Amino acid sequence: MTGSRSFLARLREGDEIARLVTFLFAASVVLITILLVYELWVNSALPRHKFGFHFFVTSVWDPILDQFGALPFIYGTVVTSAVALLIAVPLGIGAAIFLAELAPPRISDTLQFFIDLLAAVPSVIYGLLGVFIIVPLMRTVIAPTLIKTLGFLPIFRGPSYGVGFFTAGIVMAIMVIPYIISVSREVLLSVPRDQREAALALGSTRWESTWKVVVPFAKTGIMGSIFLAMARALGETMAVTMVIGNSPKIAASLFAPGYSIAAVIANEFTEATGDLYLQSLVYLGLVLFLLTFLLNGMARLLILATTQKGSKVTA
Amino acid sequence: MSSSRPGISVNIASTTGAPTSREPSAPLPMRMTISKLNFFYGAKQILFDINMGIADKRVTALIGPSGCGKSTLLRTLNRMHETVNSSRLEGEILLDNQNILAQDVTAVRSRVGMVFQRPNPFPKSIFDNIAYGPRINGMKGALSEIVEKSLRHAALWEEVKDQLHKSAYELSGGQQQRLCIARALAVEPEVLLLDEPCSALDPISTAKIEELLVELKNLTTIAIVTHNMQQAARVSDFTAFLLTGQIIEFSPTPHLFTTPSDPRTEAYITGRFG
Amino acid sequence: MTDARLQWRKFVSNFMLTMTGLCALVSVSALFFILGYLLFNGGTSINWAFFTQLPKPVGETGGGMANAIVGSGKLLLAASAFGVPIGFLGGIYLAEFSGGFVAAIVRYAADLLNGVPSIVIGIFAYSVVVLPFKHFSTLAGAFALGLMMIPITLRSTEEFLKAVPSNLREGAMALGASKSKTISTVIVPAAYRGILTAILLALARVAGETAPLLFTAFGNRFWTNGWTTPTASLPVMIFTYAVSPYDDWHRQAWAAGLVLLGLILIINILARTILSRGIAVPRS
Repeated sequence: MTGSRSFLARLREGDEIARLVTFLFAASVVLITILLVYELWVNSALPRHKFGFHFFVTSVWDPILDQFGALPFIYGTVVTSAVALLIAVPLGIGAAIFLAELAPPRISDTLQFFIDLLAAVPSVIYGLLGVFIIVPLMRTVIAPTLIKTLGFLPIFRGPSYGVGFFTAGIVMAIMVIPYIISVSREVLLSVPRDQREAALALGSTRWESTWKVVVPFAKTGIMGSIFLAMARALGETMAVTMVIGNSPKIAASLFAPGYSIAAVIANEFTEATGDLYLQSLVYLGLVLFLLTFLLNGMARLLILATTQKGSKVTA
Repeated sequence: MSSSRPGISVNIASTTGAPTSREPSAPLPMRMTISKLNFFYGAKQILFDINMGIADKRVTALIGPSGCGKSTLLRTLNRMHETVNSSRLEGEILLDNQNILAQDVTAVRSRVGMVFQRPNPFPKSIFDNIAYGPRINGMKGALSEIVEKSLRHAALWEEVKDQLHKSAYELSGGQQQRLCIARALAVEPEVLLLDEPCSALDPISTAKIEELLVELKNLTTIAIVTHNMQQAARVSDFTAFLLTGQIIEFSPTPHLFTTPSDPRTEAYITGRFG
Repeated sequence: MTDARLQWRKFVSNFMLTMTGLCALVSVSALFFILGYLLFNGGTSINWAFFTQLPKPVGETGGGMANAIVGSGKLLLAASAFGVPIGFLGGIYLAEFSGGFVAAIVRYAADLLNGVPSIVIGIFAYSVVVLPFKHFSTLAGAFALGLMMIPITLRSTEEFLKAVPSNLREGAMALGASKSKTISTVIVPAAYRGILTAILLALARVAGETAPLLFTAFGNRFWTNGWTTPTASLPVMIFTYAVSPYDDWHRQAWAAGLVLLGLILIINILARTILSRGIAVPRS
C-alpha cells in the first residue's frame, strides 16, 4: 500500500509513525471496550458468587440485611418498557409511514429535521417535564378517568400519586418515538419504487399499496427499529428515575410506584455502603449492558437484512 | 404521415404476416383512443400531439430510439404518470369511449394492467402474489381457481403448480416475469400494458414470453413498448414509431417494416440510427 | 368490483392517510410542547443572578448556577480533549491505513461502546478513575463523557475521510507527497466540515448527559478549583433541584433546563444546517 520505497524512506517521511500512532489510537478503542466489560465482570463478583442465579428471581432488596434481589427492578424495567413500546410503536410507525409514503419530500424532510431535534433532547429535560407536567396530569386527570372507567382491571387499580410505571412508560414513549420514526422512515424509503408501482398498477389505493406491499417488504427493518428503541428505553435513566416512584416493589397496577434497573443504580450508587451492596448495583449494570448489547445486535442485523433485500430483489 | 384520427377505426389488411396489399376489410374497433395528448414534466414537454388508437384484442407495439417517449406514452394509459408530482397531461385518453382521466384512478388501473421492465414480484408466496389483485378488488370466485387460471394463461402453471406457497423470489428471472404477467391477468384487465418486458431476460425466457403474448391477445388487448424491432415485428399487429415525443408513423406492422411511409422510419428500422 | 366497495376502499385510504399524518403531527408537536413549557416556566427565571451567582444554602431562595455552568464547560472541554483525538486519529487509521479485519474489530468495538447505557459508562468511569484516586473528580466525569464522544467521532471521521474523492488523493501523491502529508494537507482539510459537524453533534449529546456524572463528577455547591475534585454541572443540578421539595429550586431547575436545551438545540441546528450543507449528517 505504501509502495516499494524502503522502510527507512517511509520512516523518514513519517508514514510509519503516522500509521503507528493512528493504530494505537484505534486500538485503544478496542482496549477500552474490553476493559469496560472486564471491570463490570470483576466488580460484580461478590453478588455473583453469593446469589448466583437467584439474584434474578428474588424480589427482596434489603441493604440492611445484605439481601439483594433484582426482580423488582427487572419487573419495573420490563413493565415501563412495555408501556412505552405500546404507545410509541403505533405512533412511530404511523408517523414513519406518513413521512416515507405520503408526505411530499420537503414536508417529510422538515418534519424529520424536527424529529432529529427531538432525539437530541436530553433525558433530564424529559424528566423535568415528567415531574412537573405529566405527574400532576396523571394524578389529576388520566388516572382518575381510567380508574373510573376501567378500574376493575388489576392494572388500573388506584390510587395514583402521579408517579409510577404508567407515567414512566409515557415519558419513555416520548423519548423513544424519534428512533422508531427515523429508522422506520429510512427503511421504508429504501423499498424499491417498483414494488409500489406494481401494487398501484393492480388497482390498489394508496393505503393498500403502502400497508399491503411496502410495509410488509420493510417488515424486518421496522422490527429492527423497534429493537433499537427497546435498547434505548432500557438504558433510559434520568427521566425514569424522576417519575417512577423509587419503590422496589412489584405491583400489578400501572399506577403503583416502582423501580427500574437504571433508576436504582442512579439513586443508590453513591449511598451504597459495603462491597456487597455496591457490587450488587454493578451486577445490575452488567445485566443492563448485556440486555442492550443483545437488543442492539439484533436490531442491526434486522435493519441490514431489509436494506439489503431492497438491492437484492432483481431478476 | 399515417396515423389514425380519434374515433375512426383503421382500415387494415390481413395481419397474418404476408406483405400488405391495401384491401379494405371490416373496420377494427379501438379499445383505447388517444387524442391530442401533450405531456410535460414540469416545464419540459415530452410528448407532442399524440393521436392513435389501441386496437381491440390485438397487439400494438411502440418502438423508437432511447428517450423518444414511448415508455412515457405507455404509462399514461394507466395513469401511472401521476406517481410523479411534476407531470402534467393535456388531451384525452378514451377506454371504451370514456375518458380515463375523468374517472377514479383506482378503477382505471384495475381495467388497464401493467407489466414492468424488471420483474417486481411482491415478497410473498406465488399464490399470494397472484391473489393480491383479486383480493383487493373483491372478485367473485374461489381464489385458487383464479390463481390457476391466471398461471395457465401465463404458461407458468405446469412449472409451479406444486409450489404455490413458495416465495416468488425463488423463481428464475423469466419465471418471475411470467408470474408478474399472471398477476396482472388475475384482475381480468381489458388492456394489458407491457413496458419492455423482456429487456432484463435471457433469450429463452424472451422467446417464451413472446409466444405467450401472441396467444394472450385473444384474452385481452395488448400494448407493448420494445426497443427490439425484431420483437415488434414478430409479435405485434400494429406498430407506432416515435421520435422525440411525436408519432412519426403508425400502421399495420407488416406494412411499417417492409414499406414504411416515412424516411425516418426507414432509417430507424434499417439501423441507421437509434 | 362494485361502486360501493370502491368508495369504501377510497374512504379507508383517505382515513388512514389522515391518521398517519396525525401520528406525525403528534410526534413532532412534542418538541414544541417541551420548548413551550421550558420557555413559559423558565423564561422569567433567567437573569443575571442565574449566570453569575453560586447556589445559596439549602432552603434559602435566590442564587444561581454559575458554578454548574462553568463546571459543565470544564467537563466538556476535558471530555473533548480525551475523546476527540482518539476518535479522530482512530478514524484516520480506519480510513487510510487499515485492512479489513482490524477495521472491522475497531468498528464493532465502537458500535458496542455507542450502545452502552450511559449509567453503565458511569459505573466504568467510577471503577477506573474514582476508585483508584478515592474521590470524585472533574477528570472522572470528563472521562465518562469523553468515552461517549469516541464512537461518533470515530465513525464520522472514517466516513468523511473515505468520502473524499480519490482524484484529490492521487493528485497529491503524484506530486510526491507522502501518505501522511497527503492526509494532513489534502484529505483532512477536504473532510473537515463533516468531521467538525459530527464533533459538534457529539458534544451536544454529552452536554446533556446526567447519569454518568452522578458518581464521577458528583456535584458541588461551590466553585471547583482544578480537576481532581467534584464539580457541579448543569444537568445534575437540574436533576437535584427538580426532585427537591423547594419551590425556588424548581424555578431554577426550569431556568437551567431552558439554558441547557437552548444550547443543545442551537448546536444541533447549527451543525445540521450551516456546517453540513450537502453532507449527510450522522444520526445519533
